[in-house]
Formats: sequence, C-alpha cells, structure tokens
Amino acid sequence: MIAIVHYGLGNVQAFANIYKRLNIPAGIAETPEAILAADRIILPGVGAFDWAMKRLDASGLRPALEEAVRRGKPVLGICVGMQILARRSDEGSLRGLGWIDGEVKRFDETTFSQKTRLPHMGWNDVAPCNGSGLFRELETGARFYFLHSYYFMARNPDHVLATTDYNGRYASAVQAGNVLGVQFHPEKSHAWGIQLLKNFAEF
Amino acid sequence: MLHPRIIPCLLVQNGGLVKTVQFADPKYVGDPINTVRIFNEKEVDELIVLDIDATVQGVEPDYGRIRNLAAECRMPLCYGGGVKTVEQVERIISLGVEKVALSAAAVADPSLVERAAEVVGSQSIVVVLDVKKSDWRGKYEVFTHNATKKSGRDPVEFAREMAAQGAGEIVINAIHRDGTMKGYDLELIHEIREAVSLPLTVMGGAGSLKDIAALIKTFGIIGAAAGSLFVFKGVYRAVLINYPSRSEKDALVSMAVS
Repeated sequence: MIAIVHYGLGNVQAFANIYKRLNIPAGIAETPEAILAADRIILPGVGAFDWAMKRLDASGLRPALEEAVRRGKPVLGICVGMQILARRSDEGSLRGLGWIDGEVKRFDETTFSQKTRLPHMGWNDVAPCNGSGLFRELETGARFYFLHSYYFMARNPDHVLATTDYNGRYASAVQAGNVLGVQFHPEKSHAWGIQLLKNFAEF
Repeated sequence: MLHPRIIPCLLVQNGGLVKTVQFADPKYVGDPINTVRIFNEKEVDELIVLDIDATVQGVEPDYGRIRNLAAECRMPLCYGGGVKTVEQVERIISLGVEKVALSAAAVADPSLVERAAEVVGSQSIVVVLDVKKSDWRGKYEVFTHNATKKSGRDPVEFAREMAAQGAGEIVINAIHRDGTMKGYDLELIHEIREAVSLPLTVMGGAGSLKDIAALIKTFGIIGAAAGSLFVFKGVYRAVLINYPSRSEKDALVSMAVS
C-alpha cells in the first residue's frame, strides 16, 4: 500500500488516479496511522518552501513521517515535496526536514543566456546517472514537466539520481537511503510519469 | 533541453465548454471533463481552463469543478476566472492545480500578485493580459471583464510591473485575434517579449500548426496556446477535439528551430 500524504498542497488525487489505473493499491493519507500502515510514501507538493513546511507542521503528520523514514520505508518527495527534504532553502527561512544532506538554491539568473528564463517551466529531458530502479525503462528520451525557480544541491554527488540541463546541469532527482525526491511532476508527465510512479511502487 | 509548450485553452461558461470569436458569440463545444479525458489521451503539454462567467458575474470560483478538473488532468493545469484574493489562490493550489491565472484582480490591485506569490511561490502565479488596440492611434491596451472594460494600462508597462511583483508567467491574449484563426499578433508578442524575462505564453489567432511553427521560429522557447485550433475542424467549425501527436509536435519544433 502506498500512502499519498495529504497535507494541504499538491495534487494527491492525480497520484491516486494513476495508481488506480495501474491497479496498484494506494490511498490518500490524512492521519498518522495511515502513514505508518503504508509500506511506501509519496510527499506531493506545489508551492513555496516555507508554506509547505508550515502546512506539513500544521497537519500533525510530521512525526509519523519521521517514524516511517526511521523504519526504512521508501519516501518520494515531489517538487517542493523534494525541496523540503533538504536542510534549508534560499526561498524561505524555515528549516527543512534535513533527510537528504543538501540545500535548495535559486538558479543564478546573472549567468543565464538570453533564452533561459525563470521559472524553469515546461517539459525537459531527464538523464538518469546511476542506474537507479526509479528510472527503469526511462533510461533514454524521458521528458518530465518542471515548474520551479529553485533547485536541490546535494552535498554528496552520490545522492544524485538524475540530472537536467537548464543553463547547466542540476540534480532533478536525488536519493539518500530510503528517501527519494524528484524536482519534476511525475503525476503530470503522461506515460513517462506513470512509468516512474510504477517504478517507485516496485522499488 | 527545454521544449516549447503547445497548450489548448478551454473556456467554461454555464458549466460547459465554449469557444468565442473576439470574446463574443460563444459556441458550445462540449463537456469539460470529457474534453480533458480526450486531451489526456493526446498527451497535451499543458492545459489552461478559464471560467469566463466568474469575474463578469462577480461570483466565487467553482471549487468543486476545479477539484474535479485537477483530478482528471494528467497534464499541468492553469486555472483562471474570478480569482481576487490570496486565500482563493491558496485554496485553488491546494485542490491540485499547478498554476492560478490572475487578470482583472491584478489590474485592480497589482500587489495581489506579490502577496499570492509569497504564499504559493512565483512559479504558480500567472498573469493574463487581454489586449487589443483601443483607439485610432492603434495603441494597445489591457482590457478586463471579457474585453468589456478598458483598464487604461499599456500592456508592455503592465507586464513589466507584473514581473516586478513576482509573477511567474505572462499570458498575452490578443482579443482582436481570438477565434479568427488568422495567426498570432507577432508585433504585440514581440513588444512584451522584449520587455520581460519571464516565461511567456501567447494566444489569440492560431489557425494551423504552421502558425505555431512560425511563432516558435521567431521566439524560440514560448508557450503557444490556442482554442479554436484544438476544438474545431474544417471551414464549418465542426467540433472535433484534436492535438498534434508527439512525433508531429517534435517535427514541428525541430523544423521551427533549425
């Protein structure tokens, strides 16, 4: 069973619909019990860093998530749900969860060519770089939808699962132990996204 | 590499989808959820849904409908129509929408953009400029309330202000080209493109994939939105939901950028 954490942001229903079509058991989790009963967890997200942290704290679900991470359950953060896995962000002043060593930086516009604009918005190529099972059958030519102005800078390069080029390559997917994060929106990325969510379920 | 976005724009009126010509004469084209399902199958890049009743009638966004649309969309969704407050923006994003479009409310109070971006992040705040030439000198002006109210604002100067307030994307909708299928207003787009460094999406006038190719050839990475093109077929404007396949789209883009 996959728990899709409902803490007031992100498209929980879009994940639930995809897993229903795939015939993979998944449910929207709004209680600590639902999170601890699941064997995998998705932490969705759309929005600003501090807003996400405030929502997560207010939901009362954070202790259960921390317990699930301690128990070694795979957790996948999406977009700002990935960014809050870091220790801090240029976007806000609140502390992140710190489950993956790294920080969230703003793209440096001063180094951009004229054609590169912020936010990074639209479909871009994702290149897996360490043979992670999360990208099974997505090794070449996969495109995902991005919508962000800040990116995850992992302290340990071994934590980078995939990179994307936006005026230079940055980490578009990260993993440290059982905690994973993707900057793009698999729930909004058609067949490629469905494959990634299927991979996470079988991971 | 980042790819240009090709985006169907759907208009909601009385709970159904319609398509207008120059913001008038709405023609019914179908049920919103069914249409989203067809666009899912066609793997569209993004979808814009605008409720054209909400602002004019002064009513709240229909949150039930937005929730259903967001749940059905397997592509990113931008919703607009009747959004006036930060609380409404927050609520719509929490329903699973990726981007919220502000138009009349941003004209009335530009600081709304900054306040909303502070909560949900700039990347989710879109400002839609409905624009046409408003006087005998041929000067462009921003309009609101389905093109019935002049704002007195110059689109270039207003786009700059919206960028400074923290908007994440500007959508330019050329009222005079809406539904005409005569091609985009490249002159208008050029002016705004020069003025702001935000992602830009344009609509109004796309009549064929050639118009989209011409747009991408001129401007590179840009959002190409269209209404009529993706809901009608043929000179009699028979309703037929359509969209280029992935290979057609890639061929169109590579032709345009080469």
